[in-house]
Amino acid sequence: MKITCPHCGDRDWSEFRYGGDASKARPRHGTGDAKAWHDYYFLFDNPKGMHTEYWQHVLGCRQWFVVKRNTATNEMIGGGE
Amino acid sequence: MTGFRRIESGGRVDRTLPLAFTYNGKALNGFAGDSLASALLANGQITIGRSFKYHRPRGFLSAGLEEPNGLFTLGSGAMTVPNAIGTVTELREALAARSQNAWPSPDFDVMAVNSWASPLFTAGFYYKTFMGPLQKSWMFYEPFIRRAAGLGRATEEKGNQRYDQRNTFCDILVIGSGPAGLAAGVVAAQAGARVIIAEQDFEAGGSLLCMNIGALETWRADCVARIAKCSNARLVTRATVQGLYDGKQAVMSIVDPATGNVRLEVIRFAAVINAVGAFERPLVFPNNDRPGVMLAGALRTYLNRFAIAPKQRAVIVTNNDSAYQAAFDLAEANVAVTIAEHRSSSSGELLAKAAQLGIAIFPNSGVADVLGHPAITAVRLGGRHAVTIECDALGVSGGWNPVVHLTSHGGIKPNYEPRIASFVPGGFAEGHFGAGSVLGHFGTLATIRDGVKAAQQALTYLDLNDGEEIEFPAIRADRAYGIQAAWTPVEGAESGKAFVDFQNDVTLKDVKQAHQEGYSNVEHLKRYTTLGMGTDQGKTSNVNALAIMAGLRGIDVANAGTTTFRPPFSPMTIGAIAGRSIGKHFRPTRRSPLHDWNEKNGATFIEAGPWLRAWYFAWAGSSPETAYIKEMELVRRGVGIADVSTLGKIDVQGPDAAEFLNRVYVNGFAKLPIGKARYGVMLNDDGVVLDDGTTSRISETQFYMTTTTAQAGEVMSWLEYLLQCHWRDLDVHVASLTDEWGGMAVSGKKSREALQLAFPDADVSNETLSYMGVKDVSFGGTTVRLMRLSFSGELAYEVHCPANYVQSLWEHIMRAAEPLGIKPYGLEALASLRIEKGHVAGLELDHRNTLDDLGLGKMAAKEKPYIGKELRFREAYQAPDRWSLVGLELLEPEKKLRGGSILFAASDEIKGHGRGYITSVTWSTELQKFIALGLYQGGLKHEGEEIVAAFPLKNEQARLKIVSPHFVDREGARLHA
Ligand SMILES: [Zn+2]
Repeated sequence: MKITCPHCGDRDWSEFRYGGDASKARPRHGTGDAKAWHDYYFLFDNPKGMHTEYWQHVLGCRQWFVVKRNTATNEMIGGGE
Repeated sequence: MTGFRRIESGGRVDRTLPLAFTYNGKALNGFAGDSLASALLANGQITIGRSFKYHRPRGFLSAGLEEPNGLFTLGSGAMTVPNAIGTVTELREALAARSQNAWPSPDFDVMAVNSWASPLFTAGFYYKTFMGPLQKSWMFYEPFIRRAAGLGRATEEKGNQRYDQRNTFCDILVIGSGPAGLAAGVVAAQAGARVIIAEQDFEAGGSLLCMNIGALETWRADCVARIAKCSNARLVTRATVQGLYDGKQAVMSIVDPATGNVRLEVIRFAAVINAVGAFERPLVFPNNDRPGVMLAGALRTYLNRFAIAPKQRAVIVTNNDSAYQAAFDLAEANVAVTIAEHRSSSSGELLAKAAQLGIAIFPNSGVADVLGHPAITAVRLGGRHAVTIECDALGVSGGWNPVVHLTSHGGIKPNYEPRIASFVPGGFAEGHFGAGSVLGHFGTLATIRDGVKAAQQALTYLDLNDGEEIEFPAIRADRAYGIQAAWTPVEGAESGKAFVDFQNDVTLKDVKQAHQEGYSNVEHLKRYTTLGMGTDQGKTSNVNALAIMAGLRGIDVANAGTTTFRPPFSPMTIGAIAGRSIGKHFRPTRRSPLHDWNEKNGATFIEAGPWLRAWYFAWAGSSPETAYIKEMELVRRGVGIADVSTLGKIDVQGPDAAEFLNRVYVNGFAKLPIGKARYGVMLNDDGVVLDDGTTSRISETQFYMTTTTAQAGEVMSWLEYLLQCHWRDLDVHVASLTDEWGGMAVSGKKSREALQLAFPDADVSNETLSYMGVKDVSFGGTTVRLMRLSFSGELAYEVHCPANYVQSLWEHIMRAAEPLGIKPYGLEALASLRIEKGHVAGLELDHRNTLDDLGLGKMAAKEKPYIGKELRFREAYQAPDRWSLVGLELLEPEKKLRGGSILFAASDEIKGHGRGYITSVTWSTELQKFIALGLYQGGLKHEGEEIVAAFPLKNEQARLKIVSPHFVDREGARLHA
């Protein structure tokens, strides 16, 4: 399977690392109570279908980026930063 | 009278190329073009193995890779290959094959006693016996089961087989080279597409190889020749596509015919055409496993392809039209054929042809029993005609199951198609196409048409030029295909074992029992009876089993569902999957810039993650147990030098660098003065300790961060994540220097003197370079960073510089400090010194502990925010009985302490997970006893208590005392000296 790095283009999946759910807003640094951080850090949807997530081209240019991936088919859309 | 004979002429074997091979040590002969199976049949070997549980005699059921019975061990010694499928093993000169699961031989098997003990092996035997309260019964049954079960045995010798892997690319991957695959391959290749046509057999042609029709052979040969002419196309035989993966990727295993070695190709394709065909399925009736009972299509293949016929008489039992062709071909080869037809009739054309060939047909009849031992001698029919017919072979056809495995790998469930009483692919992913009998289209011309169409669709999908039509073979129009499902035995059938899964010995009765006991979902059925769990993965049994279960449940087969199909499609050696990633190539080896020096100067190395690190040096001793103690003494009394190049090193630069670090570390970095280093700890968002290390301020905008060796990559990625994804307003860049820079620790009372000798022009006095001071000096034209840090608790420095200079710098310091007696020390001493000092390291940082667990809570800033602050104060993280860092001293001097020992309170029963464990242990040169660090429930609240360390693997126990983890120089006088 190939993943599109916004900097390098299509590269083999083995050059990337998964970076988690990108659909949620991280509380601003130094703000938010334990509840806000708990919800951000531990509570995730587990959709069958499109999922917005972080990936890093860790064995390449090391760019982090956001893609939409279909969790049922691994089809990926995006590769915007 | 059971038996097969080789016909004098015909077939695809080359009688001018005889091949000698051995079977169970016996010398036999076959021909080029034979499979191991056909060669054995030609030599009269009908019984070729014993079944898995009951040790019943078994023969070949099929002529292809769906074969459940005919598994062999090939070769010997280190080159042993177990579980080779005889029906797809190409015969080669000097091939040495052995039968499996039979002792002393398939014809006389001592373990056949299992047949009498068969109640032991009914469905659910394992579950009931070993999962229930009577677990001790495992002890009783184990030796018996171990001896009886198991297929081939893998060798334990190290072989010198080489398993290569490579990546290939194509526009169109065609899987299968039967009529559909060949047609698709020719169209795609002639259109100029880059094409790979994968054929698992050693000859291209698929079903065409088992027919005996001149026009088809001409067409087949023409297709192969046309493909060969196209440099853009590659027809690969002996190549099984084992899996289709997301993102248009396939994995194909290719067998080298000369050696049997397997090579893997990872294929990235733009489009794929599934032309994988269909497997014939057996019928379920009593004693349907007797040697000589075969799939009707297999009888036809052995006849037409390998020129092997039943000696005189054959019976065909069928519920569909396809088996008639086998009957006709056998009759034309002078075999007396009788057909038992489950249906009340078949087409007039078939009946007429049968009459013309003198074939008797018993309608509304099936097999009630198979007679003979070990192999078939007669068939007794049931249903309308209860007659007994003597025969050499029984050809069985229950219909055809399209090979839905590969489409299912992508998560597309198969659909039941009543027209063929079987499952077809539930659809195709984008860029995936299907052709031929995989779609349930069974006529040869229809499949060729399918192949042409699929190729044209694929070419259009890829925006390549439309493929041209090809010439069709001049054969008669396809016959219609008719079938009436027959899942269970006919009326009047005997009560003998009727096998559903031949390889795992699962019978009709087992399926019924599973249903009675509530295991009626197909996935439960599979696990409860082990049906479909053999090396054949139920290729001949799954559809029958789920249809029988549907019948028992009174539901449609369509609603019964199928079990999940997973790669690999066919068994392959694990060596092929590992490829060259074995031994030292399992992962990359990382070497420090001082590796060569260490090697030349007596270092023994140890693996630390991917790194090879100097463990201890020969000057100190020949074993780690004694050497590290001398090396520790060197540091505590004089000066030593150790390679610390493996530490993670990160350059942090930018106007906001200080603010960035201040957020990442729990302690303050905003006000760290230039020329000073600070020990820092970072947490994950959840408040758990991520890593620790020392970071120095080089200038207003530049910091030099070090991380632990183990977490270097993780920390780097984390910093990049924060900067790129969340804190884009911070003007900071990070760059890894782990490989670009190296370093060494110069440690001990005399370390300042050593540096002074090495850098006579630099001021390294306590006043200018005090504890945690940092200073860049120049050496040989490069920058050398002196940092007064200590991992050992002694006066010590770390000296870092660009990797290319590390060795000359090291040699320079060694030379300069020679009068002080400087010597190298290794990882074992390095780690032991830090245990004495009570520094936590990777072994303590187990990704579950909090700052407080490690005794580092006081480090965290009260006011400023930092990552993990909000969640580190969660209730569970504040619990008083958390496993926390303690120091431990051994109270029994004659004993030894071991890392990983489980800790118990003195009054505890020594059982279970205990109250903690020992993370690090060493002999203390300072205290002259074994000391350790550990995590213990409640931690230092128990200081002074006596506890017990248990090491159950060696049945050892020792008494310990809980003490402060700082064993030496608690006040830090040496650090500040
Ligand atoms: Zn990239």
